[in-house]
Amino acid sequence: MADLSIDFCGVRSPNPFWLASAPPTNTGDQIMRAFDAGWGGAVWKTLGNPIVNVSSRFGGVDYGNTRLMGLNNIELITDRPLEVNLREMRLVKKRYPKHTVIASLMVETKEEWREIIHKVEDAGADLLELNFGCPHGMCERGMGSAVGNEPRVLQEIASWAVEFAKTPVIVKLTPNVGDITEPGEAVVRSGAPAASLINTVKSIVGVDLDTFVPLPKVGNASTNGGYCGPAVKPIALHLLSQLARHPECSKLTLSGIGGISNWRDAAEFIALGATSVQVCTAVMHYGYRIVEDMIEGLNDYLDEKGMRSVSELRGRAVPQYKEWGELDLSYRVVADIDERTCIGCQLCYVACMDGGHQCIHLPGRSEEEARRAGHTHLPREIPDRVVTAKAGTPGARVPFVDDDECIGCNLCALVCPVPGTISMKQVPSDRPPGETWNDRVTKGTDFVPGGLDVTAAVRAKKAPKQA
Amino acid sequence: MRVMQPRPALPPGRLEEKFDDKKPRYDAAEAVAEANRCLYCSDAPCIAACPTGIDIPTFIHKIATGNTKGAARTILSANILGASCAQACPVEVLCAGACVYNLWGREPIQIGRLQRFAVETTLEKAPRLFQPNPRTGKKIALVGSGPASIAAAGLLALEGHTCVIFERKELPGGLNTLGIAPYKMKGPDAIRELEWILSLGDIELRTGVEVVGGRASGPRQISAEELISQYDAVFLGLGLGADSKIGIEGEDGPGVWGAVDLIERIKAQPGFALGGVKRAVVVGGGNTALDIAHELSLLGVEVDMVYRRSEAEMSGYRHELDGARKDGVRLIENRQPVAVLRDEAGKVTGVRVQRTEGGRPLPGTDEVISADLVAVAIGQNRATQVALAFPGVQLDAKGRVVVDPKTHRTGNPKVWSGGDCVNGGKEVVNAAAEARTAVRDIVAALSGRP
Ligand SMILES: Cc1cc2nc3c(=O)[nH]c(=O)nc-3n(C[C@H](O)[C@H](O)[C@H](O)COP(=O)(O)OP(=O)(O)OC[C@H]3O[C@@H](n4cnc5c(N)ncnc54)[C@H](O)[C@@H]3O)c2cc1C
Ligand SMILES: Cc1cc2nc3c(=O)[nH]c(=O)nc-3n(C[C@H](O)[C@H](O)[C@H](O)COP(=O)(O)O)c2cc1C
Ligand code: SF4
Ligand code: SF4
Ligand code: SF4
Repeated sequence: MADLSIDFCGVRSPNPFWLASAPPTNTGDQIMRAFDAGWGGAVWKTLGNPIVNVSSRFGGVDYGNTRLMGLNNIELITDRPLEVNLREMRLVKKRYPKHTVIASLMVETKEEWREIIHKVEDAGADLLELNFGCPHGMCERGMGSAVGNEPRVLQEIASWAVEFAKTPVIVKLTPNVGDITEPGEAVVRSGAPAASLINTVKSIVGVDLDTFVPLPKVGNASTNGGYCGPAVKPIALHLLSQLARHPECSKLTLSGIGGISNWRDAAEFIALGATSVQVCTAVMHYGYRIVEDMIEGLNDYLDEKGMRSVSELRGRAVPQYKEWGELDLSYRVVADIDERTCIGCQLCYVACMDGGHQCIHLPGRSEEEARRAGHTHLPREIPDRVVTAKAGTPGARVPFVDDDECIGCNLCALVCPVPGTISMKQVPSDRPPGETWNDRVTKGTDFVPGGLDVTAAVRAKKAPKQA
Repeated sequence: MRVMQPRPALPPGRLEEKFDDKKPRYDAAEAVAEANRCLYCSDAPCIAACPTGIDIPTFIHKIATGNTKGAARTILSANILGASCAQACPVEVLCAGACVYNLWGREPIQIGRLQRFAVETTLEKAPRLFQPNPRTGKKIALVGSGPASIAAAGLLALEGHTCVIFERKELPGGLNTLGIAPYKMKGPDAIRELEWILSLGDIELRTGVEVVGGRASGPRQISAEELISQYDAVFLGLGLGADSKIGIEGEDGPGVWGAVDLIERIKAQPGFALGGVKRAVVVGGGNTALDIAHELSLLGVEVDMVYRRSEAEMSGYRHELDGARKDGVRLIENRQPVAVLRDEAGKVTGVRVQRTEGGRPLPGTDEVISADLVAVAIGQNRATQVALAFPGVQLDAKGRVVVDPKTHRTGNPKVWSGGDCVNGGKEVVNAAAEARTAVRDIVAALSGRP
């Protein structure tokens, strides 16, 4: 049994699984039920001066049979009186002293910040999270992402919070910026020890094509909302790792948020530098119960890898995140189709024909037929293989790959409906071993012929030996 | 685990090896694809339909996230026989029959196959999924080694108790090893699960030892009295007895088999062959009748099932009848066998039947169905007489051991019972559920004693 407990800026939490500030943390009753289910911490639904919400509030994006691949919302911060929230927070901390309660806050003036920080700390909050990320409604009032978008404003408000707070301050960042390290550096300058990311991504989920009202609809209009759920995970992973590998920002304790639905997602965020992870959409979809699998799955994974605690996993993937120019140009893979499991749908074929490099071929075609179908290059040899696929018409429908032409893009493997059927096999390449683009730049061998005349002329002057 | 004598394995050359799996184990890609179809329902109806109440949505969700080991934990902590139940359970009338997809006219989730994937792949890699509690020094005797006793022994051993299982046959496992249709599960699968259970803690299996009511004669018997005096508790997992007979002319002699006996040979007797049988008559309308009819049909025999009442009144499952029919079995309803016909050499040539109405034969309506094998599947006798040797234990009018359904304790405060001998013949999963109920009470009773 690995140790799942974490130390977040000196605050111990039973595990890294926290609920993000959102409807699942709206009330003390909810948070206590979540703790019973196994969640280690909860970021209270953002507190401030109560607001008024609209109905409806959410929009969803389905993909095929998968519901809620993405969720969009135009909800604001809590609409419940502060006193009620504080009373409940006090009760939660009393009943669950070992669990982590984080107060998410959003107010405007320095005096408001002073008062609310004092009040939530008095109610027992272990940590504070400054909501500088909400990209709808609140930003128009100069709060939320309006702050997160402006590093100087962010720094100023965050430093007030640091000044007023006895508990550690986490700054929650918005992904709606060009370069996340700018707000990241502002957090560092403010003196706050931690950042959490991401809040939601500005979005419109769809348009009603009968009424021409964007979705979700409020009467006969709508507004842009914040997008979250599994669809935003790649964006969140990137922004998190940008901070984790930044010389200054990496000193911050990081809480990863965005599309986390299971233990695997969580492990990935931790491997890219997160100390805790926060979940909203997956809980809104399936309930607090998902945490059982997250705890058990992460535990078994750590045991299997021989890691004694979750902190051994933290940041393990960060050093392998490199700039493009540092990648090995001599690494080469080609697709390999396993005829034992292929079911003959030929999605790989059409993907490679129209979206790849025309190097997947269908069996039983003559050269003439292959050319007519659009192949410009034909394989040196046509493999002769017995097909044992369970569902397929044996042999007749299983495509094969022209190794010489395959550029190793992964597309076929990504579209294949039967996981594991197309694997990418490493093969030798004729490029200098280990050479990167940056190496070429250093050596002056970074000119690729076949481009513009003007460029070629400039290059010819610079490096006359270059072909 | 202490092994007193080497346990007999199932040697090759058994007819059951000829059968293909009707529901082969999923590979990982298939399992994840099916798992992702599950809706992860809240308060899911499939859970309520499982006699052991496995948290089905949770285990399926875990398969989908790649947490296969966790899925196996969820399954086995509710049902220690999760492996054989995955193959043997009639899911069509249990969990999968309750799946919400049925209400939408869509294929229910293949819960049994997902369960099989999770448990088998996990136990192959990590058999030590559970750790037993420290030894308590308490000893429990279990009579019979069918699913009821095996489940009880596994759970008791995890609690730290010492278990000794007495099985009168050479092959352990009861009907799980000897009765389940081979296209669902084969003997070696049942034995493998049994070996795993034995590895969970301090369990000794003594095969070839019968528990008897009177005085034991020789090492192959042990008396009820001895169990009561030498053990802290006794669990009776006696199962049912031999096949019942119809009691008609020509029934005794070669060529007429009790269905359970015949199935046992198909499954476990090396070298057993049907020897040129082309046509068979199966008598009965229950699941055992459907099983033997289906098995004979898959072995290339032309099978007529003769049932006393109408198709609608059959106690066998609809889905089993559909499956048997698909594989060639013909049902002849409203017929009662009145004699087995034999030639001068005594070889079976057919069965004389009479039409029936409401189950009663109509005289003068005789027909002959030709056959060279007859399998009788009209029920099993009781094997519960021995239970009466435990003072205070009672049998009901149908010969079933009487227990308190909440605790599965019999009239003797040291004796518990479960499985077919209590419920009159249900499924493996019921035996597992009843064993769990009994174990909870045994554990409570033993901890309350000095
Ligand atoms: C043909 C057939 C097919 C079946 N198919 C299925 C199926 O597909 N799925 C399903 O879930 N269920 C099926 N069942 C039912 C299932 O096999 C039983 O419900 C289950 O095996 C009951 O377990 P048990 O432990 O109570 O009894 P059993 O499995 O009958 O085990 C009892 C054991 O006790 C031993 N024993 C009895 N008396 C003594 C004694 N005095 N001393 C020592 N040992 C003794 C017996 O030899 C036997 O090994 C089937 C049953 C039959 C007959
Ligand atoms: C309906 C809804 C309301 C939210 N309200 C808040 C909020 O009050 N404060 C906040 O910091 N984030 C809020 N969020 C953003 C989440 O905390 C989280 O950052 C985001 O949803 C990404 O995580 P996810 O992909 O797990 O949902 C809200 C999200 C949703 C869907
Ligand atoms: S989820 Fe509940 S609150 Fe939301 S619209 Fe449906 S019924 Fe109403
Ligand atoms: S996509 Fe996969 S399954 Fe379909 S033809 Fe290609 S290899 Fe076979
Ligand atoms: S009822 Fe069907 S869909 Fe719902 S949880 Fe059970 S198996 Fe899954």
